[in-house]
Amino acid sequence: MRAPSTLLPLQLEGLVFAAGGRRIVDGVTLTLDAAARSVIIGPNGAGKSVLLRLCHGLLQPTAGRIRWNAPELPGGPRRQAMVFQRPVLLRRSALANVVYGLSVGGVATDAREERAREALHKVGLAALASRPARVLSGGEQQRLALARAWALKPEVLFLDEPTASLDPGAAYEIEKIVTAMHDAGTKIVLVTHNLGQARRLGDEILFMRQGRIAERAAAKDFFRRPESPEAARFLEGELPW
Amino acid sequence: MNGLGAAGAQALHLIGDGDAHLVDIVLLSLRVSLTAVVIACLVGLPLGATIAVGRFPGRHALIVVLNALMGLPPVVVGLVVYLLLSRAGPLGAMGLLFTPSAMVIAQAILIAPIVTALSRQVIEDAWDEYREQLRSLGEHRLGAAVTLLWDVRFSLVTIVLAGFGRAAAEVGAVMIVGGNIDGVTRVMTTTIALETSKGDLPLALGLGLVLLTIVLALNAAAYVVKETAQRRYG
Repeated sequence: MRAPSTLLPLQLEGLVFAAGGRRIVDGVTLTLDAAARSVIIGPNGAGKSVLLRLCHGLLQPTAGRIRWNAPELPGGPRRQAMVFQRPVLLRRSALANVVYGLSVGGVATDAREERAREALHKVGLAALASRPARVLSGGEQQRLALARAWALKPEVLFLDEPTASLDPGAAYEIEKIVTAMHDAGTKIVLVTHNLGQARRLGDEILFMRQGRIAERAAAKDFFRRPESPEAARFLEGELPW
Repeated sequence: MNGLGAAGAQALHLIGDGDAHLVDIVLLSLRVSLTAVVIACLVGLPLGATIAVGRFPGRHALIVVLNALMGLPPVVVGLVVYLLLSRAGPLGAMGLLFTPSAMVIAQAILIAPIVTALSRQVIEDAWDEYREQLRSLGEHRLGAAVTLLWDVRFSLVTIVLAGFGRAAAEVGAVMIVGGNIDGVTRVMTTTIALETSKGDLPLALGLGLVLLTIVLALNAAAYVVKETAQRRYG
């Protein structure tokens, strides 16, 4: 049973985003539910990252609608978070970065540090809490970005190729954290170019091509037998652009 | 060359002896220029940050004007402040003309555009990098301006020093609004100008050396702060 005040489901209706005369997202209609981990894959320039930013409110759609079940209040704390390909961290300690997110998120001052430490512990950075965030390794920085997001206990977490610039070991750590967040009840929407990662993390796959959702299927079905020839060729690594 | 050598030797003597006259002039210079820098920063840093993250009509024009104002001629600033503060001027009743306060006002006006324009540039570059993340967290523009100001604090040190260097080195504005009155409004640069024309080269040269040393020391300090911070905070 879903409480009436949850963000999800998210409904996109005829969503279009055009820039420079090109329709980067070209009429996307879909509903995202709370339970499944949704993984968006597709070739470069298919509009995956833009779709994610539209959902998260970082871009305004040219046409179409984005409907949350119970939208966030304008100016109120956010109930969704996003982790980017390259983590953007402030020139302060790791702990202070998480605390900052909590303060912007409207968490009471005296509750922030404990919650931040808890989040750092969950991503395995407790020992590095007082280190300046920007001198951490790439993998540690991305884990810190996840901790900052997790501390806010978001209902939805958008991830835009979070492991694209990480080595396999660091990427594996990130995947573990994403899974743990999912288990703790956060809806995961992930864009990735890594098909292995899509297979490991995805409950359902949304295959995007030329600004549209070309195929949507349960992950195991998609990888066993994609329905569209484009998706089949993409999986083979053959789709020409 | 002989003249320079002799004057230089005497100048070093003056500095070495801690000549009271010279010390007074140096202290007044520092007091005036540092106060002007503080005022210019109180205005310029928040303004620069606001323009950097703001969206309002005329923003581009404002940035162009600010950049142009960095090259404001000190004598023009001096003249305008003189007119404002002179007895017949709108602020004449305050009786500030030919006081150190007038010099502070003139220098603050001179360097506020420098602090504003340079901090705007630095903060806008940071904003380009942080914008999506800060908006994702739900930060509003004003909060973002404050966050960015703090995050680029080590780069701002250099900007503040550029402002101080400009203030301490200018002569035109303080000469006009201060009047170069001995013991009251005489600072390093106005003294150098006066003593040179009078032919008292040792004092002029001594003050020149002090001025150079101060500017050099401050820049060295700023460099060390910035480098250390960058290594520590990334």
